[in-house]
Amino acid sequence: MKLLESPAVKVGVSISIATGLYGISFGALASASGFSFWQTMAFSLLMFSGGSQFAFIGVVAGGGSGIAAMTAAALLGLRNGIYGMQMNALLRPVGWLKYPQAHITIDESTATASGQSDSDEQRRGFWTAGLGIFVLWNIFTAVGALAGDALGDPKQWGLDGAAVAAFLGLLWPRLKGREPWAIAAAAALATIVAVPFVPPGVPILVAAVVAGAIGWFSHGRSDEGMEPDVDPYPHGHSSADATSRERNAE
Amino acid sequence: MNLWPWILIACGLAYLTKLSGYFVPAKLLRSPRMMRVAGTMTIGLLASLTVVNAVASGQSLAFDARLGALAAGAIALWLRAPFLVVVIVGSAAAAGLRLLGWR
Repeated sequence: MKLLESPAVKVGVSISIATGLYGISFGALASASGFSFWQTMAFSLLMFSGGSQFAFIGVVAGGGSGIAAMTAAALLGLRNGIYGMQMNALLRPVGWLKYPQAHITIDESTATASGQSDSDEQRRGFWTAGLGIFVLWNIFTAVGALAGDALGDPKQWGLDGAAVAAFLGLLWPRLKGREPWAIAAAAALATIVAVPFVPPGVPILVAAVVAGAIGWFSHGRSDEGMEPDVDPYPHGHSSADATSRERNAE
Repeated sequence: MNLWPWILIACGLAYLTKLSGYFVPAKLLRSPRMMRVAGTMTIGLLASLTVVNAVASGQSLAFDARLGALAAGAIALWLRAPFLVVVIVGSAAAAGLRLLGWR
């Protein structure tokens, strides 16, 4: 079958499996943090952006308010707006197609499409990764939510430790070079200083403002922090690498 | 606390953010400064969420088994373990340290 011979589809399928699987950790953490099964599913079906989903439940698990959780999730989703603009320019969807395409515009689908040079391949890569992750992410969220309910005391299983490792795992691929490390360190410091003085959840927003100000007032890569959690092209054959190198050279 | 309204608002905002990229004139979003802020904010938020989940306990700082999870997760990432393995390692480290009596 022709579709399966497409390199973009192959990449899209493997990235779907790798990313979709860790929906299980989101489901388990959400239910351990007190979210009902359908609340947990609402995140994966409607919000569908891993970082924002983890952020919302992470703020609530730390005792933060609903509004603080919402704000952290919304700020963490801002980069998806940039991806939307890039995918609009690259794939040129017309008419109603923009609406479903927007929903699956995330780190991984954008990275899979940007890694291809042929325009049909870019489109195939985007939709394979986007739809594949959407389906698997939701299935494994449900599995995780049901398993989390059955576990009992989440602390006994170290699920609070799982959350720490999950956030570090989301941060890690974005720490390439000295600048992102410096931004991360500044944000971490701002968080620790803020914790005793403001309500739970707010330190995260303080850190967001600090990191945003660094981006606003300093000069550097314009695509800092724009890396997928699972890199579809770990061996760097992609034309996206070439494009970002060109951008950096400008 | 009923979280449903906040969950649904957050979901709506997430979708509108994605959609805005397809409708807002490219010039507005393509400003390198806006792209940089979106990117540096992503790093800042994830770093902050890592720290909060590792050491914050309400409005105080606590040094407990979660620090072990942070260290174990970092080592797993250093060894290029896939995401799911990193999460399991973090969970096992926290659970194991608690078994050993370190809250």
